Amino acid sequence: MAVITMREALNQAIREEMLRDPDVFLMGEEVAEYQGAYKVTKGLLEQLGPKRVIDTPITELGFAGLGVGAAMVGLRPIIEFMTFNFSILATDQIINSAAKMLYMSGGQFNIPIVFRGPGGSAFQVSSQHSQALESWFAYFPGLKVVMPSTPADAKGLLKTSIRDDDPVIFIEQERMYGNKGEVSEDPEFTIPLGLADIKREGADATIVARSLMVPLALKAAEELEKQGVSCEVIDPRTIRPLDIDTILESVKKTNRVVVAEESHPFCGVAAEISLEIMERAFDYLDAPVKRVSGVDVPMPYAKNLEELAIPGVDQLVAAVREVSYM
Amino acid sequence: MSKQTAPSETSTGSGEKSGTGVIDQAPPKAVAQQLKTVKQEQKQRVDDVDRETLIGLYRQMLLVRRFEEKAAEAYSKGQIGGFCHLYIGQEAVAIGAISAIRPDDYVLTSYRDHGHAIAKGISPDAVMAELFGKAGGCSRGKGGSMHMFDRKANFMGGHAIVGGQIPLATGVAFASKYKGTDQVTLCFFGEAAVNQGAFHESLNMAQLWKLPCIYICENNQYGMGTSLDRAMSFQNIAEKASAYEIASEFVDGMDVLAVKEATARAVERARKDYRPTLIEVRTYRFMGHSMSDPGSYRTRAEIEKHQERDPIKVFSSTLKEKGIIDDAALAEMEKSVREEVEQALRFAEESPQPDSEELFTNVYANPIAPGSQRTKLSNE
Ligand SMILES: Cc1ncc(C[n+]2csc(CCOP(=O)(O)OP(=O)(O)O)c2C)c(N)n1
Ligand SMILES: [Mg+2]
Repeated sequence: MAVITMREALNQAIREEMLRDPDVFLMGEEVAEYQGAYKVTKGLLEQLGPKRVIDTPITELGFAGLGVGAAMVGLRPIIEFMTFNFSILATDQIINSAAKMLYMSGGQFNIPIVFRGPGGSAFQVSSQHSQALESWFAYFPGLKVVMPSTPADAKGLLKTSIRDDDPVIFIEQERMYGNKGEVSEDPEFTIPLGLADIKREGADATIVARSLMVPLALKAAEELEKQGVSCEVIDPRTIRPLDIDTILESVKKTNRVVVAEESHPFCGVAAEISLEIMERAFDYLDAPVKRVSGVDVPMPYAKNLEELAIPGVDQLVAAVREVSYM
Repeated sequence: MSKQTAPSETSTGSGEKSGTGVIDQAPPKAVAQQLKTVKQEQKQRVDDVDRETLIGLYRQMLLVRRFEEKAAEAYSKGQIGGFCHLYIGQEAVAIGAISAIRPDDYVLTSYRDHGHAIAKGISPDAVMAELFGKAGGCSRGKGGSMHMFDRKANFMGGHAIVGGQIPLATGVAFASKYKGTDQVTLCFFGEAAVNQGAFHESLNMAQLWKLPCIYICENNQYGMGTSLDRAMSFQNIAEKASAYEIASEFVDGMDVLAVKEATARAVERARKDYRPTLIEVRTYRFMGHSMSDPGSYRTRAEIEKHQERDPIKVFSSTLKEKGIIDDAALAEMEKSVREEVEQALRFAEESPQPDSEELFTNVYANPIAPGSQRTKLSNE
């Protein structure tokens, strides 16, 4: 075990998997010579060479589609979006090609590909560079969607995603690249997709949080502990497939739940989780499910406005108090 | 009628105009002249091809034609659903081009894919069954008319987003180079796809990274009801290759041998040197865009004019004049092709519907039931 950043953990995952499997290649804007716009791919060109670590033109639809085509014939591409904001240009190939190829070919062509890069809110870059897109991708059968919240999860889940035989959308929170944590150095360390993690055990209320919301939920739990409320924090880690069972187990124990996310609320992942809880654990609830989301506006630039746009610890504390009728 | 330009040879941006095979406003005399030219050129080309290949090409074109006529009939009876885009009139393109590659080479195309699928070696039975949405279809009834696939034949799909197959084909070619094989990829698309970003993004990458991909634009002069001149500012598609320094050719798509020859030249470039090519093939579809097209955007006279250059008629008369085949043999072939198509129809009719369980299969290659992981792990 070593304490490393999320950025380094992701780098290790890519490096180890590329060393393990010559069919894995990495492609994206500035991934090679520039060492990655966020330095996640640092040193990979040097170690693995230009055949496997490939700088692309700014042509997201093109290289996303190229990756899907290469995956049709057995390669395992890692396609980096400089940020997920730019994946919007590639959604035709992600949704219409990657997600559907296996189905519409009657099981003949699976697409083992990872689309990865930073996503979610960034720092003061306004509307086009600061948004959470997981609900878009999670909507589609055929895609898997992963959002790690710790360096260990990032490494274990990315390795599994690269080994997975289906298209995986792997969203790294842009603000979390520098976050540190203990990470295994075992090259066989992986974490299964579709398995939620109980980030903190508790008895009185459940907070379901993903990505950037996880550290905030843990802080809120600390604060609530002082107020006499014991919180359980569940991190689904994989949005699709969603480990709803772990969430339900927790809800059945605590009977109160807050679902936190930084994304817009409308048609969001929290809405889906809340519905599943309502359908499958309604009788266990002592209060209506409470959703805490980012606000329903494009992201502003000004620091004070930006801070208001995504949930903070105080809001999570207030939400738990609300479902606890405090 | 075939002009070859490659960056190493002539400058692709020289401004030299490619002659087009057909000019819509051409007076009847000019049309007759064009017909004469295509026949003359084809006659010369015949000498370079062996008899068996010539007869095989003719039979394949006839098979695709009769197959689709039968499909149209079945569609009218309601046996085939959804969209059904026929290839009638364009057969020389897929058959000529695919005859120039090896079985282990790859083919991708658009939704107008029945002819390409058959040419690449999928049985008419499996294609017809796919049209019928049956379990015996080449995509097990889950793709339909627009999504023929066959892994064994390296037929990598009909794709229904205009231009969507172009980056995919570029990726298949990328994989061949990555693995160090000498396989090439043929990527077919209509001229309307040339206006998509995907086309330009792909050509740029293909030349930048020297990928063995051959882009074949089937210029049938219409994208649904929109004629080329209403949709494209600069209509010389072959010449657009010069923007990417890609080798290109313009070919008469009514001459199966011209298409075959041009493709063979491109295959050579791709196989030996990993160099891409853009081939613009001028062709024409005799039927509507799809079965539901009323066709109000063009005149009967225009269609009839092009039908005079029907690639199958042109080829049969060439073969007869050259003494390769006679009327008796043609009649015999017509009979056997019709039997093959009848057999395909029977196969499709008799093939069972997909099991209703099939609704849920093939969503993931590695399905993970939501919530199952924890129990699975604790049982381990
Ligand atoms: C991205 C996209 N836009 C629109 C359509 C609807 N559409 C289907 S075929 C077609 C015309 C395409 O023409 P062309 O590329 O010339 O091919 P052709 O049908 O002539 O073979 C259109 C507009 C589509 N399938 N995909
Ligand atoms: Mg067209």
